[in-house]
Amino acid sequence: MAVNNPFARKRRHLGEHAAEWTIRIVASFSILVIFLIFIFVFREASSLLTSKSEPAEQPTTNVVATTDDRPEIYNPDSGPEPGSVTTTTTVVKDSDKPEVYNPDVTMVGMDEPVVTTTSIVTLDDRPEVYNPDSGPEPGSVIAAAAAPYEAHEQPTLWDNITSNVWQPVGENPKFGVWPLLIGTLKTTLIAILIGAPLGILAALYSAFFAPRKLREVLKPAIELLAGFPSVVIGFFCLTTVASLLQDITGSQFRLNALIGGIGLSLAVIPIVFTIAEDALSAVPKTLREASLALGSTEWQTAYRVMLPAAAPGVFAAVLLGVGRAFGETMIAIMATGNAPLSSWSPATPARTLAATIGSEMGEVVWGSEHYGVLFLLGIFLFVVSFGLNALTELYVKQRLIKKFQGA
Amino acid sequence: MAKELPVKIHTRDFSFFYSEKQALHGIGIDIYENRVTAFIGPSGCGKSTFLRSINRMNDLIDGTRVTGDMIVDGVNVYDKDVDVVTLRTRIGMVFQKSIPFPKSIYENITYGLTLNERPSKADLDNIVEGCLRRAALWDEVKDRLHHSAVGLSGGQQQRLCIARAVAVNPEILLMDEPCSALDPISTGKIEELITELKDQYTIVLVTHNMQQAARVSDYTGFFLMGRLIEFDRTRTIFTSPSIKETEDYITGRFG
Ligand SMILES: Nc1ncnc2c1ncn2[C@@H]1O[C@H](COP(=O)(O)OP(=O)(O)O)[C@@H](O)[C@H]1O
Ligand SMILES: [Mg+2]
Repeated sequence: MAVNNPFARKRRHLGEHAAEWTIRIVASFSILVIFLIFIFVFREASSLLTSKSEPAEQPTTNVVATTDDRPEIYNPDSGPEPGSVTTTTTVVKDSDKPEVYNPDVTMVGMDEPVVTTTSIVTLDDRPEVYNPDSGPEPGSVIAAAAAPYEAHEQPTLWDNITSNVWQPVGENPKFGVWPLLIGTLKTTLIAILIGAPLGILAALYSAFFAPRKLREVLKPAIELLAGFPSVVIGFFCLTTVASLLQDITGSQFRLNALIGGIGLSLAVIPIVFTIAEDALSAVPKTLREASLALGSTEWQTAYRVMLPAAAPGVFAAVLLGVGRAFGETMIAIMATGNAPLSSWSPATPARTLAATIGSEMGEVVWGSEHYGVLFLLGIFLFVVSFGLNALTELYVKQRLIKKFQGA
Repeated sequence: MAKELPVKIHTRDFSFFYSEKQALHGIGIDIYENRVTAFIGPSGCGKSTFLRSINRMNDLIDGTRVTGDMIVDGVNVYDKDVDVVTLRTRIGMVFQKSIPFPKSIYENITYGLTLNERPSKADLDNIVEGCLRRAALWDEVKDRLHHSAVGLSGGQQQRLCIARAVAVNPEILLMDEPCSALDPISTGKIEELITELKDQYTIVLVTHNMQQAARVSDYTGFFLMGRLIEFDRTRTIFTSPSIKETEDYITGRFG
């Protein structure tokens, strides 16, 4: 009956099916992996924000300690175990010294009171020390837990995070993120102020002015630069650029935000160039011809017709450049001086968010407050990068549609 | 010819090369002032190449070169001391597939005017209105001058491109198949426009539509394989061509 139906589904080969399924599986796997990474990052930081799960983990950790005679608190995943409360206190007593690995204990105090505090806390199953919002609640237990805490004159976590000093290691760890935010903004701004104009100008040149032969060399060469290991760029800035700039400006700090910004701009330029060049080349050639036929010069055509026509793409290029500068780690560690100062001056060292995570995550105590704060910074980085990319995507689509289909 | 008309464009033994490929062979032609001259011929015969040689748009293509003379108003436009930019302000061009600049209708018209000088707002307003009226577009767009030109219909866009070319006040208008992408009504409007414009401009029109050439042009040139086979008054070409290839093409025997 349907033998001659021209729209009948053709029977496909087994190989085709296999290929299709492979692609599907690989794609879903990679998407899954990305999600798992997100979940991991959020979960690690969540210990800071939620206090419920925290105490449950606490006793277990110490139980393990009793058996092994060494604290094993590196394992943040160990589940809660009931009935371990008493053991906990004993262990702490026996060792007669604070569990340095245990962030909770360290937080609370370094001597005798520790024992009492912990026991109370664990018994009641809710130490509110981590919760910055812990309000006054009826029940003397909380008050008891809070008492030694305030005795050490430690601010709440939120106050700590919004303070002006980043000094995560020490007796009184300070997790003020302002210096990091300022450092990030400062270096990103410098990187974009240098990188975006250079990248766009280079793209204009390559798209409209360069002879074809030169263009064929120029484009891949700059694109190769995008794949340049950032540690090499960082090293280059750390040695050559830093010395050169200090000779010229005679600045007090050899490594500073300006050097960092220059280093980051080296990473930003190829991205801005590549995407802006693609956007400019995608503008219909007829626009260029029409403009030239009206008696405009190449430059007038480039910046009055082609650049505005490619504006969404060029804007996207700059946004992605910002994203790169914002998230770049190695150059930021090597070339900025990496000191968390809250100064807006480009001549002082800076420390970026990414650099902080990059340089501190390796040595941080697992599960500690410091650890949580670093993950919190990571989430912030992720959200901003994600936001930038989303903005790019949405903005570009909207504007392109408006521009070439009329509105 | 009864009366000697002033010659605007004159070529002598003009040849054109794309790298190795020769696209035009020894073209000699006189294009008269304030007349419409049409070029017809099968596609690939070099009509566009010839048109684009007049305002040197072919310079944009790498590796092209010319021999012979292309003389506009007594000056060889390929002379060393000729400024291409000035040349192009005097020779306007309308393309087959010219999309308006992604700007407002108003800015599309004023673009060419504001390249080198800054006319007053009042002057610009006047010129915009004048050009749009001349392109028979004013009534359709006068209420949305500051809206994007990309929203116009195809026929309106092409008339806008004509208005844009007219705005810089050229002496010659080159049109490369300006109606080939348009519907019959828009085509009719543009043909009307061409006849109206010819008292002010010398118009050179490339078309693959022989009826169009017959309707709007005063002179017609027939191109074949990069050669100008025959050039004469349009009436003569269409009623009693003197060369057999022309007759074959016109009567539809090939092409
Ligand atoms: N950019 C170019 N590079 C090389 N050859 C071209 C180019 N443009 C046109 N040609 C060749 O030149 C000849 C004439 O083309 P063209 O002037 O566009 O013809 P027409 O406009 O009459 O259809 C054709 O054979 C075409 O292949
Ligand atoms: Mg053509």
